[in-house]
Amino acid sequence: MTELLREAAIGRPLPRLDGPAKVTGAAPYAYEHPFDHPLYLHPIQATIARGEVLAIDTSPAVAIDGVVAVLTHHNAARLPGRDDAELAILQSAEVAFRGQLIGAVVAETPETAREAAARVRVDYEIKPHDTQLRLDHPDRYAPEHVNPSFPTDTVDGDVEAALAGAAVRVDATYRTPWQNNNPMEPHTVVAQWQHGALVLHDSTQGAHAVRTAVAATFGLHRELVRVISPHVGGGFGSKGNTHAHVILAALAARLVEPRPVKFAVTRQQMFALTGYRTPTVQRIRLGAGDDGHLLALSHEVLEQTSRLKEFAEQTAVCSRTMYAAGARRTAHRLVPVDVPVPSWMRAPGETPGMFALESAMDELAVACGLDPVELRARNDPAVDPESGKPWSNRNLVGCLREGARRFGWERRRNPRERRDGNSWVGLGVAAATYPARINPNSAAVIRYTGDGRYRAEIAAADIGTGTWTTLTQVAADALECPIDAIELAIGDTALPEAVVAGGSMGLGSWGSTVLAAARAFRAQHGEQPSVGATARAETPSDTADPGYALHSFGAHFAGVRVDVDTGEITVPRMLGVFSVGRIVNPVTARSQLIGGMTMGLSMALHEQSVLDPRFGHIVNHDFAEYHIPTNADVLDLEAVWLDEHDPHANPLGTHGIGEIGIVGAAAAIANAVYNATGIRVRELPITPDKLLA
Amino acid sequence: MKEFGYERAVDAASAVARVAAHPDAVFLGGGTNLVDHMKLGVTRPDLLVDVTRLPFGEVRVADDGGLRVGAAVRNSDLAVHPAVRERYPALSRALLAGASGQLRNLATTAGNLLQRTRCVYFQDVTTPCNKREPHSGCSALSGYTRYHAILGASEQCVAVHPSDLAVALTALDASVVVHGVEAERTIPITELYRLPGDVPSRDTVLEHGDLITEVYLPPLPFARRSTYRKIRDRASYAFALVSVAAALDLDDTGGPAPVIRDARLALGGVAHRPWRAWRAEESLRGRPAVEAVFRQAADEELADANPLPDNGFKVPMATGAIVAVLRDLAAAP
Repeated sequence: MTELLREAAIGRPLPRLDGPAKVTGAAPYAYEHPFDHPLYLHPIQATIARGEVLAIDTSPAVAIDGVVAVLTHHNAARLPGRDDAELAILQSAEVAFRGQLIGAVVAETPETAREAAARVRVDYEIKPHDTQLRLDHPDRYAPEHVNPSFPTDTVDGDVEAALAGAAVRVDATYRTPWQNNNPMEPHTVVAQWQHGALVLHDSTQGAHAVRTAVAATFGLHRELVRVISPHVGGGFGSKGNTHAHVILAALAARLVEPRPVKFAVTRQQMFALTGYRTPTVQRIRLGAGDDGHLLALSHEVLEQTSRLKEFAEQTAVCSRTMYAAGARRTAHRLVPVDVPVPSWMRAPGETPGMFALESAMDELAVACGLDPVELRARNDPAVDPESGKPWSNRNLVGCLREGARRFGWERRRNPRERRDGNSWVGLGVAAATYPARINPNSAAVIRYTGDGRYRAEIAAADIGTGTWTTLTQVAADALECPIDAIELAIGDTALPEAVVAGGSMGLGSWGSTVLAAARAFRAQHGEQPSVGATARAETPSDTADPGYALHSFGAHFAGVRVDVDTGEITVPRMLGVFSVGRIVNPVTARSQLIGGMTMGLSMALHEQSVLDPRFGHIVNHDFAEYHIPTNADVLDLEAVWLDEHDPHANPLGTHGIGEIGIVGAAAAIANAVYNATGIRVRELPITPDKLLA
Repeated sequence: MKEFGYERAVDAASAVARVAAHPDAVFLGGGTNLVDHMKLGVTRPDLLVDVTRLPFGEVRVADDGGLRVGAAVRNSDLAVHPAVRERYPALSRALLAGASGQLRNLATTAGNLLQRTRCVYFQDVTTPCNKREPHSGCSALSGYTRYHAILGASEQCVAVHPSDLAVALTALDASVVVHGVEAERTIPITELYRLPGDVPSRDTVLEHGDLITEVYLPPLPFARRSTYRKIRDRASYAFALVSVAAALDLDDTGGPAPVIRDARLALGGVAHRPWRAWRAEESLRGRPAVEAVFRQAADEELADANPLPDNGFKVPMATGAIVAVLRDLAAAP
């Protein structure tokens, strides 16, 4: 454990340093970098869910003025690296899901490329497909581990015996739908080959991660791939790993070397190409004494993966550490189907898992006749139930009590007891949790550039989270100098390698690395460095203390109104109280937390990707039909945090905050809906039709 | 995108002649629906004739006290027009319930009326759709039908009309003035829209080249007691699950409840056309304005409802919405 950083810049409500550049359009996103004579790509996507391409007639496309190249599996370069089946596109005639990339048109204008792609005629051999996640699916299986490397199943004690002996039992099945990540900036990439080297301007959560994946796929030395990504308009996990559109652009650019090829994935194409959250079916069984003390907790999950490539969402992992049940069991089973490849979406695992667990806890509170805040307090474990380690900083009960006080929780009544005009009114609560991890694989360089100024270099990402600002604050305190003495450089593989912005590990990991580099710099060059003095450091291996269980916690409170005649739901108030270590910047932190809560509201009431199993695609694949909240849906929403720091998590004392805001938020709303109406909705989203009773 | 020609019309007669002479020509209003469809390949016109500069941008009080709304009046402008807000509040509320602020700033009155269904299969050229591609089949019939029709559908098409404005106009006895190739004619809005039947590709009775130049609202004094309510999956920028436009003419005789002298009622989100609730209106006339009467009227209107697998909820939702709207109107000062 290294010494905790003293804060001066850290903790200040600094407005985003990149804000003026962004609002004036001067901050270049991937697609916006200036290029000479670029070409534009439009993809050709499979219109069958499974089968083979028998023939592609590209002649109607080639005949159009301005079409420069048509890429298919016939003329695409052979890819040496095919371990990642999602990325190994155009290597055969096979089609594994509807919407899969089977070619591309490259043209002088985007309009020409789009029209030419529409004219390409494809003949298929259609094979039977199966796209439905069914409970009794014969192919269901237990994966070797769940994302990223958790055990698939855990058993602690005799759950069945504990359930049998419990005075109060809850046995309920919860369902969450297929959801698609929809960052404001769709995925974009510009690919350019020159002399055997590839430059990608990409919208990504991790420039080095893209370089690694692309280099492996093309069989290139990593030094021959450069990825540039200074500004990113959101990712929510969908830009955390490399998707096939990047490979398509690079394959196409090879045909037209050295001209750059620009590819802006459309909103509709994203629904097949850039990852999504699997639908889940979760059975939760709780057994408790009359006093609400948990004796047994079982959380069994069924979810889907693509037959093409496995992704196993860690949905039940939250139930391994959340409550002090004597006997616990968790299990994950996957059904492989002919669908696009699922992936990370904001707090994979915790988001769907805590909807189920926290709904079940609310049902248990009802069954025990206990206040749900009190029920959670009674089951707060003294040590991590899974590892037996002490908590570095578990303050769930503090969040619950503080939230109850601020929210007016005492005004809560029994279901259908509060009516205001034509609405049922209710309040709900749910807990939140997220790991406070470090990803220890970054490096940073500090360079003295003269006149009291320092340059901090690390290929971190700002995906709208505020990294440009917060990492500058960390660097300033690390070097004990003013904020404006720091020149931060991020978002480029020409900079020292940095881990992806994911798992709420970004700022803690990068910041700890920058701190290590700053300390190395001072050790080598002192307080009066000469111009050009440089020091480099990697993430210290003792960044996080392995002797502690490191988790964030929080409590969501929601108020809802449900129209008696029509079932319409509004959420007039939400409050989140979080225990997340030290806050680097209250302005950007609040944005992260209320953004997460908004996405939780979205999950509760709006989001659902509707699969048509006959065709195998998501039919509501645009923003008119795939609903996320509008401003009119998001009313009084506030996030606060406890004043604390966690000396065991990292030397900044911080936890990541990108994900915990969404975790549990949907359950708080579902629980409030129950409190208002007496109707328990166990399948998201909660739409008005489910409340017409 | 397919290349196309663009012309700006100088007068209605030449615009009509130009489009009538070209089978793949269309009129361009605000473009908020047409341009989307061109990008998606749902429609592939050769020629756009822009009619937004024609002199149809005014809202005028007619000699009979009704209202004449130019076809090119933008939705935002119509919604806030003092005469509309005061005399036809249902119309103003319907407009404001539609789309988003940006779209309403562009969308025109006639363009709004002629927007096409949001059925997800109609909008996706990779799936069969009888409306887009006659005789290709209806994907919705055994597909995703949450937003689809519960009244008046056919085996060929179960889509609904998406306009909010059209529902209010349907309740308010409006008509459209059409500049045709031969002559000008007036069509009551209740006769403008078609049920799908065996020709779902046709939304309206208009012929190719027909140009709507004006919407006429007859005087309806009791429309001051009118409103529009839209039930949807989020608070803004969502199409109706069910919507209700209604006006009540009440005679307060001093009894336990006022008596309904007359009523206007139309539903959105339930059929291929805005659904004038004639049966419910008949049921309401001459009866006391109480909840049981409202509910009975709703039940009579929806007696023939034939929901699809995903939209059975529309029957109780429409019932609840009708009752709530009439109750609120009756209670209004």
